[in-house]
Amino acid sequence: MRNFLQVMVDAIALGSLLALVALAIGLVFGVMRLINFAQGDYITLGAYALVVPAASLTPTLLLGALPVPLMVVGVLLVVVMMALATERMAFRPLRDSDPATLLISSFAVSYFLQHLIMLVHTGRPKSIGIGQALTTPIEVLGLRVPGIQMVTMGVTAALLIALVLFLKRTPMGIQMRAAAENFQMARLLGVPANRVIAMAFVISGVLGGTVSLLLIVQTGTLDIRMGLMPVIFAFFATVIGGMGSLVGAALGGFLVGVASVLLQSYLPDGLRPFRDAFVFGLVIVILLVRPKGLIVTGAARERV
Amino acid sequence: MHVSFGGIHALTGVDLTVRRGEVMGLIGPNGAGKTTLVNVLTGFQAPTKGRVLLDDQPLTGKKARDVARAGVARSFQAARLFRDMTVQENLVVAALGAGLPRRAAEARAQEILAWIGCTAIAELTCDGLSYGDERRISIARALAMGPSFALLDEPASGMNEAECAALMEVISDLPARFDCGVLLIEHNMTVIMGVCQRIHVLDGGRSLAEGTPQEVQADPAVRRAYLGEKADQAALAI
Repeated sequence: MRNFLQVMVDAIALGSLLALVALAIGLVFGVMRLINFAQGDYITLGAYALVVPAASLTPTLLLGALPVPLMVVGVLLVVVMMALATERMAFRPLRDSDPATLLISSFAVSYFLQHLIMLVHTGRPKSIGIGQALTTPIEVLGLRVPGIQMVTMGVTAALLIALVLFLKRTPMGIQMRAAAENFQMARLLGVPANRVIAMAFVISGVLGGTVSLLLIVQTGTLDIRMGLMPVIFAFFATVIGGMGSLVGAALGGFLVGVASVLLQSYLPDGLRPFRDAFVFGLVIVILLVRPKGLIVTGAARERV
Repeated sequence: MHVSFGGIHALTGVDLTVRRGEVMGLIGPNGAGKTTLVNVLTGFQAPTKGRVLLDDQPLTGKKARDVARAGVARSFQAARLFRDMTVQENLVVAALGAGLPRRAAEARAQEILAWIGCTAIAELTCDGLSYGDERRISIARALAMGPSFALLDEPASGMNEAECAALMEVISDLPARFDCGVLLIEHNMTVIMGVCQRIHVLDGGRSLAEGTPQEVQADPAVRRAYLGEKADQAALAI
């Protein structure tokens, strides 16, 4: 039982992380039907902003050398600026294109960012020690929980609540929900399209930067492909959650994270290397049972 | 106003003026060009020739959203509400879009809902609304923009008699309440004759007649083309 609870804590922590990435993808998809695979590279970029560009495998800290509050703000700023820049340069000109074109352009942006990072920082994985105090396990109700997992869960909960309040209470949030459901109609009702979309990217940047920091503390490794697996898993999360539904995206993120940790722990040894295949199999099963995802949105119903 | 698609003339020489403070009816058989006219007036379509003016400000060729922001609101045949949002929020979106700050937008939404008798459903998600409510809310949402002109596209279609009566009351009150003009497209003659001060009749893309309900009803051309003989023949043909 204790072992199971221990695994569940791991599962929920990973699920939280994926939920954050899935929310970012879901939010941007909502307002412009763009599945932004560059979201993963925003994460990578935020992580690399912590160090000084150098060939060294243990580079000197840059933003990472700042006091924690400043470091957090700095990383978030870098990622938000990058998210806004890609929106302005790559995605806004394609606003009226079909989703496939947008998707392809997000691959292009993703490759561009990856190679930009490689150019500046070289492609070798590096190690970085930030917030190592958080990796030591703390005793909680008889379970040994690394502090970073508690932080991950807490931060995710706080961001979820903040996002819900933003979407329900602020003018921009209300307009964003309208735009996510029916962009044309929202525009006809005077919703400022550019501002709403830019705001969605700002939020995706904040979520991306947060994931950068949480990941780096957990793994201590910088790698130019570090954003790839989170973004793929998060993409599946948004699909099973129901594209366009933010509740679905968060739920899907938790589900995929939990499933992947449970499989990792309980699959027979010989099958463990194929864990991801099982996770993706699960995604297929869910889509067979609920083709529109777990949460069906008004936007999806409208198209029926 | 002229509109052509390829070689087909959808509208030929149509001239229409709606004044503030009045409800004008736009009627005509199917295919007469009513929807094309509304599309042109609201910027969904550019006229091949001709102009659209709001007061003295030209709207011709402007995008639909800019026309809406200039003060021409439109309700659609399909309600197209934001289904995951509440009734109140649907109206708030429109009021915010018209430039009101949040509190004022909420106040306007509540005021309009109270006026059309929908306060009780304000907090419901639009997903579960009855058909009649859905249509009323879509009109209310257009009004939440505080338009100087409201174009209502078949608001009564599919409504039962009681819903129609309530709708007629709302439409009659519109001009005075919002200091706006209303252009009403409707097949239901009871509604048209009951609320319009003037009626414009289209047939085959041309203006056939314009006048008070009495004048239009008495007009021989209108009777021939729309209200009378043709309809009888059509009925016989079936």
